[in-house]
Amino acid sequence: MILELFSYSFITRAFIVGALVSLCASLLGVSLVLKRYSMIGDGLSHVSFGAMSVAAAMNLAPLAVSVPVVLVAAFLLLRLSENSRIKGDAAIALISSSALAIGVIVTSLTTGLNTDVCNYMFGSVLAMTKSDVVLSVVLCVTVIFVFILFYNKIFAVTFDENFSRATGVRAGLYNTVIAMLTAVTIVLGMRIMGALLISSLVIFPALSAMRVCRRFKTVVVCAAVLSLVCFFAGMVASYVFETPVGASVVVMDLIVFGVFFLAGRRR
Amino acid sequence: MEITVSLLEIKDLSLGYDGKVVVSGLNFTVESGDYLCVLGENGSGKSTLIKAILGLKSAYSGHIHFADGFSRREIGYMPQKTNIQRDFPAGVFEVVLSGCQGAMGLKPFYSRDEKKRALAAMERLNILHIKNECYRDLSGGQQQRVLLARALASADKLILLDEPTTALDPHATAEFYRIIDGLNREEGVTVITVSHDTAGALKSSTKVLHLGGRESLFFGDTKDYIETKLGRNFLGGES
Repeated sequence: MILELFSYSFITRAFIVGALVSLCASLLGVSLVLKRYSMIGDGLSHVSFGAMSVAAAMNLAPLAVSVPVVLVAAFLLLRLSENSRIKGDAAIALISSSALAIGVIVTSLTTGLNTDVCNYMFGSVLAMTKSDVVLSVVLCVTVIFVFILFYNKIFAVTFDENFSRATGVRAGLYNTVIAMLTAVTIVLGMRIMGALLISSLVIFPALSAMRVCRRFKTVVVCAAVLSLVCFFAGMVASYVFETPVGASVVVMDLIVFGVFFLAGRRR
Repeated sequence: MEITVSLLEIKDLSLGYDGKVVVSGLNFTVESGDYLCVLGENGSGKSTLIKAILGLKSAYSGHIHFADGFSRREIGYMPQKTNIQRDFPAGVFEVVLSGCQGAMGLKPFYSRDEKKRALAAMERLNILHIKNECYRDLSGGQQQRVLLARALASADKLILLDEPTTALDPHATAEFYRIIDGLNREEGVTVITVSHDTAGALKSSTKVLHLGGRESLFFGDTKDYIETKLGRNFLGGES
């Protein structure tokens, strides 16, 4: 059955991109969840939805438009929640609902709310073209590479930002790096997972791993493994039961979280 | 230019936040080997002063001088515990090692030297045996020792402690002060501590800085402070 699954080239493409995105999202997720930025993924995916709608209306390549837009949004979100009186969660809600509203208006004025829009919302395996795959692979590998390179600094800044700043670590820089990497991951992942579901890739693996692991390194590794397993299981389930891919992956993540939650309580 | 002999010299410093001045005309010095205790009510500018010394916040006016050859980065800082740390899955060794980050620049991974430094700091504080434990499972007193070890791993000439005994039980508090005292007396580490727990903090400090407006500013030896009206009032029924 697995072989049959990979005989469809669009499924193979979705597998490659999805697995890489899951990996990136889970790595970044550990830091985001601990920093209380869980909803950043949700916010950015809505911005990405807005950007893609506009790109579709103007007949531009969706990724080429939304990657830079979401990068800017991520940067703004971080600045907003750090400096101003609008706190992190309110800032995210503000930006994400605005972007969603703009996206919906643009699409309803141009193409109408058709299946494309539905795919952006809930994801689709068919979304990936060959050039998308190449771009996604390059970006994902970059994200993973940068994460590994900055791993110790990300730990230090996540654990204690004040201490890091005081000893001369450029905490602002690493916060920005995390936000940028997250932005890229979200944009790439939302085509398959959907704008409404992508944040689960960020949150679930980290939360599950934290139930049972006691160290940052093991949490990161465990989250990465869980994320990959859930993505593959979700894809297969979606093929077997003919359910939507994004939702199937999320349900797998939920089941794993339940199991880990119980395992964590046993201790 | 005059030569600074004190490890740290504060001249005519004015500090504040949100455009409001909370401390002005502040003058004091910290000599190598001192144990300075900073006291004051909430909102008197204690935390702001710490941030200014660490360079996290700029002063409205005045100067902060460090001795020649001493840099701000050589301050071992022990901040207050954060909410994030309460459920943070981190190993003790990971936390202490992260103290070395400041000196590493863009270098991505820890070298043998940094690991040695972290282990030495843990040995000094007697926490080598919990090296592989999870930080969030430790008792409050042990967590403070881990954070102190991290501060020592980053720098060990001058340590700056921000409310180190908040939320510790009396036994753990006494134990923690004993450790600080040992570092100060036996190893000559200069200590600056900010504290609410006045009685405990004053026991072994050699100098006191009391913040709280112009009329209730004090800087001098601890034994003199206890004799002043200000000191008696502030200590109240505690001693």
